This record gives sequence, C-alpha cells and structure tokens, in this order.
Amino acid sequence: MTQPILTGKNLVKRYGKVTALDHCDFELYPGEILAVIGDNGAGKSSLIKALSGAVVPDAGEVFLEGEQVKFHSPIDARAAGIETVYQTLAMSPALSIADNMFMGREIRKEGFMGKYLKQLDKKKMEDFARQKLSDLGLMTIQNINQAVETLSGGQRQGVAVARAAAFGSKVIILDEPTAALGVKESRRVLELILDVRSRGIPIILISHNMPHVFEVADRIHVHRLGKRLCVIDPKDYTMSDAVAFMTGAKEAPVQ
Amino acid sequence: MTDSQSYEDVVKDKGETQFAQFEDERKGFLGTVQHTLHVNPALVPLIILVTAIALFGMLLGQRFFSAGTLTLILQQVQIVGVLAAAQTLVILTAGIDLSVGALAVLCTVIMGQFTFRYGLPAELSLLIGLCFGALVGAMNGFLVSRVKIPPFITTLGMWQIVLASTYLFSRNETLRSSQLREEAPSLLFLGNKVSIGGANFTFGVILMILIVVALAYALRSTAWGRHVYAVGDDPEAAQLAGVNVHKTLMSVYILTGLICAVAGWVMIGRFSSVSPSASTGVIGNIQSITAVVIGGISLFGGRGSIYGAFFGAMIVGVFEMGLRMAGADPQWTFMLIGMLIIGAVGLDQWIRKVSA
Repeated sequence: MTQPILTGKNLVKRYGKVTALDHCDFELYPGEILAVIGDNGAGKSSLIKALSGAVVPDAGEVFLEGEQVKFHSPIDARAAGIETVYQTLAMSPALSIADNMFMGREIRKEGFMGKYLKQLDKKKMEDFARQKLSDLGLMTIQNINQAVETLSGGQRQGVAVARAAAFGSKVIILDEPTAALGVKESRRVLELILDVRSRGIPIILISHNMPHVFEVADRIHVHRLGKRLCVIDPKDYTMSDAVAFMTGAKEAPVQ
Repeated sequence: MTDSQSYEDVVKDKGETQFAQFEDERKGFLGTVQHTLHVNPALVPLIILVTAIALFGMLLGQRFFSAGTLTLILQQVQIVGVLAAAQTLVILTAGIDLSVGALAVLCTVIMGQFTFRYGLPAELSLLIGLCFGALVGAMNGFLVSRVKIPPFITTLGMWQIVLASTYLFSRNETLRSSQLREEAPSLLFLGNKVSIGGANFTFGVILMILIVVALAYALRSTAWGRHVYAVGDDPEAAQLAGVNVHKTLMSVYILTGLICAVAGWVMIGRFSSVSPSASTGVIGNIQSITAVVIGGISLFGGRGSIYGAFFGAMIVGVFEMGLRMAGADPQWTFMLIGMLIIGAVGLDQWIRKVSA
C-alpha cells in the first residue's frame, strides 16, 4: 500500500479529567476523501485540532509525508501545507473577500514601496482571489472588495473553501462544511470538495450528514470514545451500519 | 443510495449554478447611502466638519472664516488630535485606553525633569520620555493580551498609577517657559511655527497631520494594518486564519504608548511649560475617545478610519471656537458634543446593519 500522507499515532489529549483522545491512530492517503464520523463528544474535533495544530496533543506523534511534525499553532500547520476550514469559518466579517483570503499571508509589492514601506500589492491579491473563486465555480463575482458580512452563509462557506483550496498544498481539513447550509448550498460545497480532490489534494471531511459522507467519501473513519473504532468503505456498508458502529449498537467489523 | 436522501435529487439533477453569486442588489437611495458610508466611514464626520465650518463662517463672517482662526483651531486640537490617533489604534482592536492623557503628561514630566533635575541633555531626555511611553504601552499590551485583563480595567488602573506617578515624581513642580527656553529649547521645538499668509502652522500641528497620514497608510496598505482590523473584528477568527493576535495587540499598545509620549512633546511646545497638573492628564482620555467616536470609529472594533478620528477632533475644536466667538455659553458646546456622540454611535449601528 502507498505511504499515508498524514498519520497520527497514539494521540492522547486530556482536558482535566476528560480524555478526549485515547491513544488514537489516524491515516490519510494521497488523493482520497476521508470522512471522520462519530457521535457528539467522541473526540472528532480534538483529533482534527491535534492534526491541524489548534491543540498540542499530550502524547503521540503526527507524521506528514513520513516525517514527524510538531505543530504548535495553526500557523505552523498552514506553513506545512495543511489548510483547515473551521466550522466558524475564521473570517473577519468587516474585511473584504480578498483581505480574508490573504489574511496572514499577504503579498507585498516589489521594489521600494514593498520592501521599505511594506505596501501590499492589492491588485495582485484581488486578481488571485478572483481567479481562485472562478476556478471553483464561484463565478459572477462583481466585487472582490465586498465585505464578507454582506455575503450569504453559502457564499461565505464558498470563500472559506476557496481559501483552503487555494493555499492547501498537501491536506485540506473541512470541519462540518455543510452544517449551516441549505440543501442547495450544501450541494455546491460537495461539488467543491470533489473538485478539489480531482486536483489531487486529499481531504479530511468531518460531518454529521450521512448522505453527504456516503456520497463523497472514499473511506470513512469511525470515531468512538476517543479513538478510531474502524475504517469502513462506504460501498460495503449502509448508512445505518455506520450509525450503528458509531453509537456502539453494532460490533465493529474486524479489519 | 437510500431513499432518505432523494430529497436532494432535485437540486442535484438540475445542477444549480445560481449559487454563490455576488450580485449587487440596489436598495434605493438609502441603500446606496448606507453602502457608501460602510465603505468610507470617515465621510460622515467630514461632512459634519465642513458643514460646521460653513455655518460658523456664515454666522461669524471673516472673524471665523480666516486662515488665522482656522489654523488656530488646528493648534488647539493638536494634543487631542495626536491622542485620538493613539486611541484609534486601541479602539480598532476593540479595546479602549483610558491612560492616554495621563501618560502624555507623565512623559512631559520625564522629559522635563530628566533635563533639569538630572542634567541630561534635553535631546536624550526627550528620547527617554518617548521610550518610557512605549514601555507603559507595552505593559498595557501585556496585561491585555497575555494576562487577559479587559482593556478598560487595565487602562483604568494604569491611568491612576500614571497620574499618581506624575505627581510623585515631579514633586508637583512646574517647569516654566523661561527655564525651558534658555536651557532646553529642543523640548519646545514643536511650538515653533511656519506662517504662510495669515495661516500659522506649528510644528506640532504638522507632526499631528504626519502621524495621522502615516497611520492611515499603515492601516490601509500594510499587512499589519489588516491584522489590526481583523483582531478587532474577531480575534479568534483572526488567530485561526493565521494572524499572530498577541504580537498584533502588543504592537498596537506599544505604538499607542509611543504616540502618547509624542503627544507629551507636543504639549510642551503648545504650553511652553511642563506642568504635572495639566488638565490633559484627567480629561485627555475622554477627549480622545470623544474625537474617535464622533469620527465614526466603532467601539466594537474593526471598523472605522483614522481620518475620522482626526475630523472628530477638528469638529470639537470648531464647535468650541465657533460658539465662543458667537458669545454662547460654553455649556452649549458640551451639549452639542453630547448629541454628536450619541448620533455618531446611532449611525454606526445603522451602518453595521449590512443586509444590503
């Protein structure tokens, strides 16, 4: 089998007396969409945060392309090529689409103005942002300088996914990307996800929505009581099987 | 696929393409006005400022509407203007700094006493004063960002500490104009002026305008400026999006402290003396917050333009000067400013409703 692109080994994370991650393993292979499902409180978010640098695990190791990495903040993970779309989207409502896409990685002008006066190259950033949104089919943008707060929920989600897709060179993590969206908007985001995979970037998808998970995922990581219960192929099991594994109603298949 | 998801098929088959359109919906004249104000938050105070100058000009004629009077207003607002520039930075990060005025006064005392009590060259004392301002700013920043004390509480405490230090350190001693002129002219440097026609620009006024222009550039056109807005807007989102929130807050408070120290230098030039009991120590914070709020900068952070704060300071100056010349009771000034504050925040709330 090919080498996993992102691996977690024996990850442990405790919050006081609560053990959120209990010696959890995790693997993501190149070019796949891996769904992570689990009951509320199973530790999905802790797992994702440990992989994306938002929390530092108490024990265990994370490997990116076979090399051990230690992330102390989301900025570290981002620098390594792991982009995360958080459930809260992590956008500044009063700033423009372009500003938000380039938050923390702004492009400066070349020459004197950029080097000594640190002037931003707004045109370059706007063109890039417009290009990326068009690539993902978020066309008909008239004003890339529109404040994010003037967009609808679906549009904001689209911009957040576009931001991750534009900069995520190795892994993209999506935390409940369709939770707050209507049927139509969810559809669009699922198309975006498939589109990103077709460009060869593996995706970790955390979702409660079984139809969505079964539609796009290549493999499903079932999380239960702080660890990986099993990994199933959505073609071999039904949605009710998956829910049964996740809640403990059914014995997990032997790998 | 099971039947349970067939409800989605309609959307799937139709292949909806009308999803993320960023169409520009016009909502009539009011919507356009709201959008314009949303994009240019400094426009309202500018309109009020121009209207106020025009009104007083018509009312009082040449006496008010002359280069001499108008530049005199600039001289009268120079201290508040510089403090308002500092206050703007903190308020943009959704904070507030109550220690600005007191810090400016303490810096004047340090600049003065280091020269006269310890016999240091005035230029060196000046530098020490500026560094001290930045140091107090750094302390505020550390308490807000690392110890997580709310900015209001941090700077409320710092205000009292700084105010008390001013009296203790100065031994309540005032340095007079004649002393300063003979032994430390560089402390009075910003009191010098250039006259063009009837207009008098002190170096302090010019410095105030330079500070505002430089900060406006930094806030609008550098990554740092974008980070300041993002941190004020939603610090958690900014952190997750890759902004170093702690570093941004520290830089803002340090810069604010430094600008307060500059305001101190401007004060020495303006009053030609160093007095620990200067009123700026007690009301400088409220004056600067007033200018910032009238300038349309949101106290909730992340919104507004530093030019607004400058216009806000000018509006207060114009009202004071105009009403005094018209012979009105000075209380009218305060009443008008009070109404302006409430009006400005009401307007801010309306602008923030951006369903348009």
